[in-house]
Amino acid sequence: MVSRFKEALNSGKFVITSEVAPPKGTNLDKMRHHIDILKDKVDAINVTDHQSSVMRFPSLGGCLAIKEKGGEAILQMTCRDRNRMALEADLLFAHSRGIGNVLCLTGDAVPVGDHKEAKGVFDLDSLQLLKTIRQMAAGQDLGGNKLEGVIEFCAGAIVTPEARPIEPQLIKFEKKVEAGAEFFQTQAIYDLENFARFMEYARKLKTKILAGIVLLSSARMAKYMTENVPGIFVPQNLIDELAATPKDKVLAKGIEIAGRTIATLKKAAICQGVHIMAIGKEEVVPDILAAAGL
Amino acid sequence: MKSITKQKTTEEIQQGLKGLDRVFVVGCGTCTTMTKTGGIDQVEEIKGRLQQMGKRVTGSTVIPTACDDMTELSLKENEQFIRSADCILSLACALGVHRMSLSLGKPVIPGVDTLFIGVEETPGFFREACAQCGQCILGETAGICPITACHKGLVNGPCGGTNNGRCEVDKEKDCAWTLIYNRLNAQGRLELMHRYQPPRNHHVALKPRAVKIV
Repeated sequence: MVSRFKEALNSGKFVITSEVAPPKGTNLDKMRHHIDILKDKVDAINVTDHQSSVMRFPSLGGCLAIKEKGGEAILQMTCRDRNRMALEADLLFAHSRGIGNVLCLTGDAVPVGDHKEAKGVFDLDSLQLLKTIRQMAAGQDLGGNKLEGVIEFCAGAIVTPEARPIEPQLIKFEKKVEAGAEFFQTQAIYDLENFARFMEYARKLKTKILAGIVLLSSARMAKYMTENVPGIFVPQNLIDELAATPKDKVLAKGIEIAGRTIATLKKAAICQGVHIMAIGKEEVVPDILAAAGL
Repeated sequence: MKSITKQKTTEEIQQGLKGLDRVFVVGCGTCTTMTKTGGIDQVEEIKGRLQQMGKRVTGSTVIPTACDDMTELSLKENEQFIRSADCILSLACALGVHRMSLSLGKPVIPGVDTLFIGVEETPGFFREACAQCGQCILGETAGICPITACHKGLVNGPCGGTNNGRCEVDKEKDCAWTLIYNRLNAQGRLELMHRYQPPRNHHVALKPRAVKIV
């Protein structure tokens, strides 16, 4: 069974993914609402896995909610909270419930989140998780035992084109491709010249790249991310553009910037698609797509 | 190599000594002397604090190296003062606590927390250098241990939290994998970083680890 997302990746079309964040608690209304908005507009929806190390409803549960609504889910799996046995078991369960896509992540460090005294597991890393998926698809678990019924996933990973220095990041990127990553969703990119340089390098490797688009909702947010979020760099001209916009129109400006970035990427065929992260403003994803002419 | 410790707070020590009024204090002449957490001066200082807490100090000593087999002898020399105490308050590291607990049968209460096994990089600055994982890969990582120096203990390269060569958990902390990259690059051995490192074996030796050297 090939996942719908994998079919989209292989179709040659410009692929669009977005994401939803599960709630802290059992009230799933807002997440379900976001799923309703997104499910027919994008090729697949990621569900974050305790993003920023903040404990939440599980990614697996969010993916099931997407399945229930007929959407296509990408299960985000970090290595921060589960050892190899728990990760393998979740892969078995996800497959059994028809989830066909996994994004393999190392996971943020525990102390950046809201359970600062918790133990960070990191029994595996993102690369080893990718290899685990391939091994389990071939019928064997990490203990070397035969599986009764195997898994099948379209497995991907992330890469940070703006990482400084970039060289160590690129080595890991290559290792992830070798480990079987079929697609990459990148950290947010704003500097298209830099991204084009990254893509010149990435094109040599056999994988699909979905450029990360994070909605800018104010000049302050853009400046904050540049100064504080590893791997994010918003060029000064975009910060100036946001700063020059009246407060009541700044969200529309952010949507316009995201839209034109996507349109440029698509028109110039720089990469194979985009991954849109609206971070709490999922309602405007359709507006971003409209602004991109999609 | 040194056992790096930090003194517990007065409140924590008070909590540890709850119900134990007569106290014999033991420091160590090696690691805790060097880190100024359990040498002669600190033993004298804590005796004053214990008296302020209303404790009775029956005596004190600083054992040359509290983790070795001479500890039993040192305690024997002080036996009458220890016998008259309810407990020993240790300003040696956990290895010393372990050793002291083997003789005289008195409860040993730690007055310091043992943090890590480290080296003194510059005077007074100690850094963890080895996690004693039992599967040394330093030969492939240019002598920088990713198990120890990377916050997440990653063995296949940097995570996405690396920022201008610093770590996401502490902007003052170097990213281990940036350091490894730079040194391997300088050595012309970057191909080592391209090598896939399989999942670690966490049971090279079953805990508690022990080995007999003949």
